Amino acid sequence: MQPLTLEFPVSAEDFSHAGEASGAVKKTLKDLGFSPAVIRRVSVAMYEAEINMVIHANGGVITATICPDKITVVFADAGPGIPNIDLAMQEGYSTASETVRDLGFGAGMGLPNIKKYSDSLDIKTELGVGTTLTITINV
Amino acid sequence: MKISEVVSLLNAKVHCGGDQLDREVHSACGCDLMSDVLAYIKDQSMLLTGLVNPQVIRTAEMMDMSCVILVRGKQPTEEIVELAEEKDIILLSTPIKMFSACGILYHSGLMDGGEC
Repeated sequence: MQPLTLEFPVSAEDFSHAGEASGAVKKTLKDLGFSPAVIRRVSVAMYEAEINMVIHANGGVITATICPDKITVVFADAGPGIPNIDLAMQEGYSTASETVRDLGFGAGMGLPNIKKYSDSLDIKTELGVGTTLTITINV
Repeated sequence: MKISEVVSLLNAKVHCGGDQLDREVHSACGCDLMSDVLAYIKDQSMLLTGLVNPQVIRTAEMMDMSCVILVRGKQPTEEIVELAEEKDIILLSTPIKMFSACGILYHSGLMDGGEC
């Protein structure tokens, strides 16, 4: 199987559609015959990261590359950047607004969840420039 | 337990998926925090929640849940019903409060079925 690359623009502050990219990748992985366990891990990590892009980063672009042995997803945004990654990685730490909390998110579980479900998580961030988050899930 | 039994036990209204009420569910979880559903819940087939927005359906989708029940008389918007239909998720609502709804289902044999 040749690597398959899928790209999705993510709109800022569009909560209704947050999760569409994750849903589309989930469906593709299912169609390609990946195991339910792998699909679950990709779906949850991706969904949390997609929500984060909408909540914190004014949207951006998600690029998913699907190979037989691993799935890599890159979330690139031109948002405000993450001032303190160690703090952001702590369970329970959140800078989310009340609006976001009302939606059932913003409990400070996003990045910890992404880390939990990924085999590798890389965050490159610069204040005022943006953040690129890369996750890999091994098959 | 068939979802039709859940409908009966909770006096629930069926918003979509009415033709699939013979689907079986063995476990459920009650949660208003979607991040916790994503973090801690494993292999539950049904989500009870008081939260009403499209992300409830999307969370259920990511966790392969087949049924969402809105508690405390909450009613879904048309957008939520359409999304549930699209994702093949049965959407119910019950006038019963979260604690009691979970208790009724647990008492009737539904388990939590996951690690927390």
